[in-house]
Amino acid sequence: MQPTHRSRRILRPVRLWFVYLSLVLALGLSFIPTGQIPGVPDWLALVLAFWCVREPLHVGMAAGFVFGVLMDVGYGAAMGQHALAYVLLAYGANALARRVLWFGPVQQSMQILPLLLGAQLVMVLVRVVAGAEFPGWSYFLGSVTGAVLWMPLHFVLLLPQYQPEERDDNRPI
Amino acid sequence: MRLFVLVSICLAMLIADLHYRYLEVVRQTISVVIYPMEIAAATPAELVRNATQYFATLIKVQRDNGELRQKALVDAERLLRQEELERENLRLRALMKMSERIAVTSIAADVLYEARDVFSRKVILDRGAQHDVEAGEAVVDELGMVGQVTRVYPIQSEVTLVTDKGQAVPVRIERTGQRGVLYGGGEGRLSLRYLLANADVEVGDRLVTSGLDGVFLPGIPVARVTDVNRDLQAFAQIGCVPLADVGRIAQVLILGRQKLPPVPRPDAAAPATKE
Repeated sequence: MQPTHRSRRILRPVRLWFVYLSLVLALGLSFIPTGQIPGVPDWLALVLAFWCVREPLHVGMAAGFVFGVLMDVGYGAAMGQHALAYVLLAYGANALARRVLWFGPVQQSMQILPLLLGAQLVMVLVRVVAGAEFPGWSYFLGSVTGAVLWMPLHFVLLLPQYQPEERDDNRPI
Repeated sequence: MRLFVLVSICLAMLIADLHYRYLEVVRQTISVVIYPMEIAAATPAELVRNATQYFATLIKVQRDNGELRQKALVDAERLLRQEELERENLRLRALMKMSERIAVTSIAADVLYEARDVFSRKVILDRGAQHDVEAGEAVVDELGMVGQVTRVYPIQSEVTLVTDKGQAVPVRIERTGQRGVLYGGGEGRLSLRYLLANADVEVGDRLVTSGLDGVFLPGIPVARVTDVNRDLQAFAQIGCVPLADVGRIAQVLILGRQKLPPVPRPDAAAPATKE
């Protein structure tokens, strides 16, 4: 049996300002100093992956690059570390977009997890090659919590598009 | 095609930054833009931290107070002696016609939070360029050296801890005067490198900064030797632990050298005499 497109609800078109607002908010969330608590998700990677899957025509590698550089500066990390990871993440998410959207949020998160892990792996490789210390396996826990958060995120980020133009009891939207 | 271009830009940036440190200007410029966001993000975390401090039990505060009083007594006695010694040192140096030691400037700072970059060991302090903090200055707590200021932002600064893998401190062994270079070894440990296998090092030796780099002041305690392995290669493997409680620092001092007045150039006064 062929899977059905889960967003059978007819959605309103996405507003670009909301996309960028959510990305900026995610950047702000990432700047919260949580210290070295393991399992804190990379909010920006998550929201970026979401929009790359959802709106592959609007959000892509360029956004990944710009927000990646902002992350690098904010984190005091090597310049280009997050940028590289996010460009690759955006590329992967854009490529997966047509397939992933046929699944429900839970199955979607399963397919996003390898992408998030891949982005983290790129960062580890870049820094370890440059001579940094391996941060330990718990570092990758962030991707797992990120994938778990995919479903609530799916709901929250699509909320503006669920709102009908005008309320009409006879219309199924 | 786009992927290829962006990836090559990223790789170029990485090399320019990690190898040549070309991108500090870019970093400073962008950091001005995202600074308000960082402050906004740090404020709730700060509130939580302050709240937990506020609810710290009375017993702990009383105990701390008692300990501090005792420490103050011991320190006061030492301070009296040191003042006497400093005066004597000054007199002797004048007698010997030696130049005076460069005065030390110190700035007290609070640790705001650990840096978010998981690949390095850094902390962020609440003092920055506006408080005259400069990159390269040593950061100490009451037990010993904690790290070095590596980046200065307008009102914050980033300190690389001595345990960071990229951090090196020129030291000497207090007991023998033997010099060496202390590197961060990962997992909160340090290693003293480039000492020959037959060097006179013992477990328990204290390492202090040598001051030979012209950056750190000489004589700041840094680490204690915990294990010496002599039978591997030409160089001994010497493991150390930092004396300061590097993992849990809260208050620190930033030590800098007072700037010397510029050396007067002989030809600088020449035009004035011509008039």
